[in-house]
Order: sequence, then structure tokens, then C-alpha cells
Amino acid sequence: MDSFFAAIVSVLFYGVAYGMVLYVISVGLSITMGMMGIANLAHGVFAMCGGYILVTALAKYQIPFPIALALSFLIVAFFSVFLDRLLYKHIYDAPELEQVLFSIALIFISIAIARLIFGTLQQPVMLPEYLKDQFTFLGRDFPAYRVFIIIFSAILIAALWFGVENTKWGAMVRATVDNRAMAQSIGINTKLLFSITFAVGSGLAGMGGALGAEIIAIQPTYPFEQLVFFLIVVSVGGLGSLKGPFFAALLIGVLDTACKYWIPEVGAFFIYMVTIGILLWRPLGLMGKRA
Amino acid sequence: MSKLVGFQSNPRLKISELIPWVLALAVFFVLPDYLSLGAQILTYILFALSLDLITGYAGVVTLGHAAFFGVGAYTCGILSAKLGITDPLLLLLISAIVCSLLGVSTGMIILRTQKLTQLMLTLAIAALCFEVANKATTITGGADGLTGVVIGPVFGLFKFDFLNKTAYLWCLGILFIFWYLVRRLVYSPFGITLTGIKENKQRMQAIGVPVNSYLLKAYTFSAMIAGIAGALIAQTNQFVGLNVIGFEPSGEILVMLILGGVGRIYGAFVGPLVFLVAQDILAKQFPEYWNLGIGLMLLIVVLFAKGGVLGIFDKLTAFGRSSK
Amino acid sequence: MKKNKFIQLGLVVLSGLVMSIASAQTVKIGFMGTYSGPGAAQGDQLDKGVKLFMKLNGDKLPPGVKVEIITRDDTGPNPDVAKRVAQELIVREKVNYLTGFVWSPNMAAIGPLTTEAKVPYVSMNAAAARVMINAPYMARTSFTLWQSAYPLGQWAAKKYKKAYTAVSDFAPGHEAEEGFIKGFKEGGGEILGSVRIPVANPDFTPFIQKIKDTKPEVIFGFNPAGKAATGMMKAYSDLGLAKAGIKFIGTGDIVTDEELQGMGDVALGVTTVHHYSANSNRPSNRAFVAAYKKEFGENLEPGFMAVGAWDAMEAIFYTIREQNGKIDPDKTMELLKKYKSTTSPRGEFSIDPETRDVINPEYLREVRKVNGKLANVEIETLSTGIKDPMKEFDKKK
Repeated sequence: MDSFFAAIVSVLFYGVAYGMVLYVISVGLSITMGMMGIANLAHGVFAMCGGYILVTALAKYQIPFPIALALSFLIVAFFSVFLDRLLYKHIYDAPELEQVLFSIALIFISIAIARLIFGTLQQPVMLPEYLKDQFTFLGRDFPAYRVFIIIFSAILIAALWFGVENTKWGAMVRATVDNRAMAQSIGINTKLLFSITFAVGSGLAGMGGALGAEIIAIQPTYPFEQLVFFLIVVSVGGLGSLKGPFFAALLIGVLDTACKYWIPEVGAFFIYMVTIGILLWRPLGLMGKRA
Repeated sequence: MSKLVGFQSNPRLKISELIPWVLALAVFFVLPDYLSLGAQILTYILFALSLDLITGYAGVVTLGHAAFFGVGAYTCGILSAKLGITDPLLLLLISAIVCSLLGVSTGMIILRTQKLTQLMLTLAIAALCFEVANKATTITGGADGLTGVVIGPVFGLFKFDFLNKTAYLWCLGILFIFWYLVRRLVYSPFGITLTGIKENKQRMQAIGVPVNSYLLKAYTFSAMIAGIAGALIAQTNQFVGLNVIGFEPSGEILVMLILGGVGRIYGAFVGPLVFLVAQDILAKQFPEYWNLGIGLMLLIVVLFAKGGVLGIFDKLTAFGRSSK
Repeated sequence: MKKNKFIQLGLVVLSGLVMSIASAQTVKIGFMGTYSGPGAAQGDQLDKGVKLFMKLNGDKLPPGVKVEIITRDDTGPNPDVAKRVAQELIVREKVNYLTGFVWSPNMAAIGPLTTEAKVPYVSMNAAAARVMINAPYMARTSFTLWQSAYPLGQWAAKKYKKAYTAVSDFAPGHEAEEGFIKGFKEGGGEILGSVRIPVANPDFTPFIQKIKDTKPEVIFGFNPAGKAATGMMKAYSDLGLAKAGIKFIGTGDIVTDEELQGMGDVALGVTTVHHYSANSNRPSNRAFVAAYKKEFGENLEPGFMAVGAWDAMEAIFYTIREQNGKIDPDKTMELLKKYKSTTSPRGEFSIDPETRDVINPEYLREVRKVNGKLANVEIETLSTGIKDPMKEFDKKK
């Protein structure tokens, strides 16, 4: 029984760490898709960028870890504003097919650029020494870095939720997600709001990618390979919802880890079945808003 | 109304529609060293045609059509390698039946949903099929791929040689049959209703059209054709690998179709031809630049040239005519 | 003027004759390496082996005979691409030989093709053993997984009672697992469990964590070298298995020489069995390593894949010399079946005439610090020439 309990603890621990990373990356996608109805499949590109920024900052420039992490947020957020003004604005109101194709095009381009600059291999993450060791708690060993991921993400998520519930920006976001036309008619500058929200969401994705670089390897085909999981988190959690994807992400994280641990022969099959099941039961996701 | 559709109102066969067939036969005689690539292109044209039917004409955007392509390929491969069934026609038939069943069952699931949920479901189904192919190593070969696929002679007479002469003509013949069927369908009342559903679903419902029934039939037919294309690729290569199933090939075939021009049948011919030939020439030397090039081309098409290559061609010929 | 036209025609015919004579003596070798995708690190080893050989021995040919190497990229363990690439080389480029392949699935995919087209293929690395049985035109100068896994299993059973296996989920991984388990069980050991980890971009952590929780005495690992080796070692290190008293052993791939330096001190003490170590003091190896470092850089170590490539080229050139540049596929296979090398960096090896597979020496090695750098030190020679045990067992059935 003791080893079974130990297994449960392991699975929960690793699963929650993975789930937190998934959420930090995907929450931006949920809000932007809910707000502007844009099927941005290229969201993984921002996470990948954040990952590359962190890896390069640590390995090439010896920038301290906390600053490198902050940079992954800032640079990606800034870069996303460019992308929004330059390219995304063309497809705001385009039909679904065009949005899908647009994002696929972005994915292809970013994969190529990543390969050209960084080569095809997985990037090694040079963690600082103080995050490398084991952390002993109640007689079990836990890798310090994953403990850090959980704690840091929790703080980040709490700050985000607080911001959305209690600030003016947050109120405007919620209003626009609920009913864009109405929000516009009461004078909210939805275009500006969207740009800001897009930047925040993309910055978070970048930071999530950086944070999770140890778990989800940073290599050029990242946006293609991880897309399914980000989309699952958003669609199961509910488009436009803030809290829904959190539970979805934790569910996916723990389920995926549990499967790898106990039934590795089955792989991610189970996760897809669960996704299909949930979407059939609740097509709008667990906490979806838009009809 | 999406600008990505081209719709001809005159259903009669035009002379220009014979060009692809003449070209294909010419290639057989003039470029015998390239028949392997040629057979692959023909197969992907059939695959693109199936996608055009469901996305271009019926308006259902799917990121998981390679689920059918892959299941068709693996069905054919497994029947041959594990059960010893080698007759090519019989293999196509069984793959077609399996994929039709898969199509109707998944169709019932996804066609009830909208937009993101629908897209997500198509993706999840394709990812699921990939996982099964990846993990069920004893029947699918997993990451190693399915070897030992032996294909008997067509009609008992024409053996599959390693120069792919038989494969090429076999694929051409099957493509011809389904091109004809799809073309008839598109101009029939059924096809026109589909286009109506794509343009305004609510209105069609309002006038009493059983929208979901039409979509399901189209989806099943499209799945069947994709499955046959998959079986063809298994027969041509005498091998099935993970590259035929899942999200990536689904995305790729969508890209090929868009580049050619969606919603007008011949886009499905031009797209894979241009894509695969360019890939054959360029990707070997410069794989990174290939991805970059495709991405940029796709971006340009989406932003400025929504009809794809054929759309540009249309504009040029219209321009040429009007300037006379 | 008519006279000019005759001269022109004559020149054309003459140059045609000259070219056809020249090309009759140009032997084409299709080399299928990996230059893109996550497998590029391993592909780089093959590439270096070929380049080094061509630099030092590329002219050791009969007079009038030239060799042209046509290089292609299989993009990784992608059997569909491999098949297409091989087909192109055969049909479009009309090569006399095929060689290369890091990846076993790729080798498996082209088996029937080599048979039908009658083009000899010499594997530089791809190790899966079952492929060769129905492919009379395939031979190998690299190794098979059973050759290292089986003796390792036998050796491990003498020291440990409980083991857990963790291999990459494709044919070589399965074979390594089978070979080790057979050897270990024969010696009275108990296998607590086996896990197969996906080949593509694996996150080793959950798998290794589970193994840690099961508390074996030793983990047997296999991965396709390259970055996967570093990844697996990292998981072993990060999760503190060494501290928990769980030893790490495996086939030589897990501590492959070209990656070893980057693995850090956690690799010390890892015991492996393999047919080649860069550190060995054999004169043939010392010469090889010196030439390698001179050509590619003092800090680089050759790995077993570079040796596999080097030896394959030697074997191919041998058959070219014996046939004086006029290549007949069946004669080539006859020559390969009798091939023996005494100058290989790994020691002596030969090709088994019955199975066309390689007969390898196998060494027991331990990772130690030599002159401040990590190295695989050969501590025992387990065998001077072991045939592929799997095929031997299959024969007895």
C-alpha cells in the first residue's frame, strides 16, 4: 500500500506541475479566442519563443534565471504587439478557414526560423544550481525545479485572477468576452483592449514556455506538436473562460502523467477519449460562455 | 460569404478539363524515372479532392482528415502484411468500407457541433488515430512502420514493380473514377444544396433542408475517398509509416488544397502537384527554407490571393481577355 | 559547311565514347545519412566517418576507377522518407551500392527494395537484426543489440538480483530489452518490470520516477544515442537514482563517446557493454582517434557510429578493388560474406557468411575519469567475436 500511495503522490506532483505549465501557456489563448473569436492555432509559437529566449539567455549570455524568465514574458509580449498590428488585424473578421490557414502559415514560418537560428536539436536548459537539487518533504524526494514551477505558477495565476476580477481592465475584458457588440456600444475601445490582452496572453504563453522548458522540450516543431494539448485545455475548459481551462489543464496534466506512469503502452489515447467525451457532453467546455 | 470558393454554373465538360489526364499519360511515357513521385502525387490529389468536397463545397473545416487517409492506409497494410490479403481491388474495397464506417460514426459526433468545438473534435479524432497507430506496435509497427506489405498483381495480371509503373497507372485509374464521381456529385442537386448549406446554413434550415443529413452523407463519402487514397499510398509504397496519420498530414493536405484553390475541384489537382514537386526539388537541399517558403506562400494566399494558384490563373486570364 | 559538321559529329561521338568509358569505371555509392531533424547528431557521426575515410583512403582504388558518393538525408527515423530516398538513388541516380542509415526502421523499410532491385546495402549503424533474414543483399558492419545486451544481462545477473528495463520504443529497443532479459534471467535474476519510452522527444521523468518507486537494484537502459542519451542520463541524475542506490547499466549507446563529456560526473561508474570505446589503447584505434581529432577538432571524440561508417566504407572499397570497378551485385555479396577486418578501430571483426551480419568483439566498460575527462574504459573483453545471439537462438528453435 505504501508504494501505491507513493505512486499517487508522484503522479499528482508531476501531473500538477505539468498542468500548471499548460495553463499558464493556454490561458492567453482562451481569452483571445473568447474575446475576438480568432482561431489562433499559432499560440504555441509564443510559448516556443519564450522557451528559446530563456534558453539562450541562460546559456549564451549567462543572464540570471529570474531576469531571463522576466525577459521571456516581456520580449514575447512586445513581439506579439508587432505581430498583431502587422498581420493578425487582417483576419479579425475573416471566416474560420482563413484564420486556421493563417495560423498554420505562421507555424510553418516560425518552425523554419527556429531551425535556421537554433538548429533542430532540443535545447538544453541551464538551470541555476539552487534549482537543481532535490527537495525533501515528508520523507520523499521532489525535484526542486518542479516545486518551483508549481509555486511560481500558482502566484502568477493568483495575480492574473485577481487582476481580472478586480481591475478595470479585467472588467472590460469580461464584458467584451460576454458580448462584444454591447461592450463596444458602451464605449469600450475593443481594438485597444484586444491588443493589450493579446500582449498579456502571449507574454504569459512565452513565460509558460520558458517555465516548462524542462518538461516540454524546446525544439522547432514545438508549435505543431503541442498544439493539440493547448487546444484541448481551451476547448475543454471553455472558450473565453479564465477558470475553466485551469481545471482542464490540471485534469490533462494529471491524466497524462498517470497514463505514462501506469499504462505507458496506451499513451495519450486516453486523454483524447476523455476530451471527446467531455466535448460531447458539454460542447462549450466545462465553463464555456459563448454560444 | 467566403471568398475562397470558385463555382462554375455550367456543368458540361470543357476541353480544358482533359488537360490533367493528357499530362498524366505523357508523364508516364516521358519521365519513367519519376513514376514513384508521380504515383504519390496522384494519391495526394485524390486525398485533396476528398477534402475539397467536405471543406470547399460543404464548408466543414477539418484539421483531422488524415485520420481517414491513415486508417485507409493502415487497413490496407495490415490486411496484407498480417492477414495475407493481397488483391489490390479487394484491399481498396475493404479500406473504403472501414473508412466509410469511421466517417459516418465520427461525422455523427462532430457535425452536431460548431466552430472551435468542431475543429477541436476533428483534431482530437486524428490525434487519437495517430496514438493508436503509434502504440499498437504488434499490428501497426508503431514508430518502425508497417513492413511486409505485399500487393498482388492488379486484376491478376499487372505486377507492382519497383519502378512503380503499375502503381502509377493504377492510381491514375482510381483517381479518374473518383474525379468523375465527385464532379457529377458537385453539379447534382445534392452538390448544389451542399454549397447552399455552406453559404448560409440557417437559411437552408429555415427552408426545410435536412442540413445534418446532407452534411453527414457528404462527410461519409469524403471519408471513404480519403480512405481509398490512403490504401493507394500503402499499395504504392508497400509500406505504411506514421507520417500518413494524425494532425501533421491533415494540416499538410489542407495547405496543398488551399495553395491550389479550394472549392473548385482542380485546385485539388494543382495544389498537390505544385507542392510535392517543389518539395522534391527544394526540400532536399534546403529543408528549413522549404518550410519558410511554404509558410510565406500560404500567408500570401490567405491575405491576398484567396483562390490559390487557380485563382491567380483566373484573374490573369480574365485580365487578358478584358484587355483585348 | 559539311566538313565542319562532320568534325562536330566526330567530336560528339568521341566525347560520348570517352564519357561512357569513364563512367563505366565510376562506382556510385548512395550514402543515406541524417542531416535534419532531431536525429542530426547521430547522422553527423556517420557523416564524419565517411568524410574521414574519403580523405585518408578515398584514392585506394585500382587505376582508372573512381568513386562518387551521392549523399541524401533521411531526416531521421522516417521509414517513408528512407524508402523514397533509396528508391530515387536506385532509379534516378543508378547507384551500385547503398549504405548509411542511423535508424533501424529505415533499414527495414528498404529491405524488399534492395532485393528486387539487386543493390547491395551495407548498414553503417542501423542495428535491428530481424530485417536481414529475408534480405539477401543486405550486410552490416555496425552491431546488433543482442550482441551487447545479452552478455550484459549475463554479467549483471552475477552482481544484481533485481532489474528494471527502460528502452526506446522501436525495434532496436525491443531487441535490447529481449536480449538483456534473456541473459539476466538465465543468470537467475528477476525483472521487476519493463517500460518502453516513445522515440520522439521523450520526457523521461515520469518513467524514471516510476522505476525509482519500484526500487530495483539496477536499471538497464537503451536509447538511440545522440541527445536521447543525454536526456536519459539527466533524468537518472535529476531524480536522484544514484543516491537511492540504483545503478545504471546498458548498451554502449547510453554513454556514447561523443555525448559523454556533456553528461557530467553523474555518469561515473555507469557500466556498459559495447564493441567500441574511443578510449581504448589498441593501435588501430589510437591512429583512428588521432586522425579524427586532427580533422574535426581536438575536443571531439569519435563514437561507435563514426567507426561503423568508417568500417562500412572499408568493406565497400574492398569489394570495389576486388572487382576492379566492374560491380556485380551478387559478386559483391559473395565478397562481403567473406569479409574480415583486422584494422578496424574496434579490433577485429568479420561478417558472418550465413547471416551477413557482423561478428563483433564485445568489451565490458566503465565510465571513469581519465586525464580529467570522462571516458569509457574497457575493463574486460567479454568476447573476441560474438555472432548475433538472437539469430543463434532463433536457429535452435
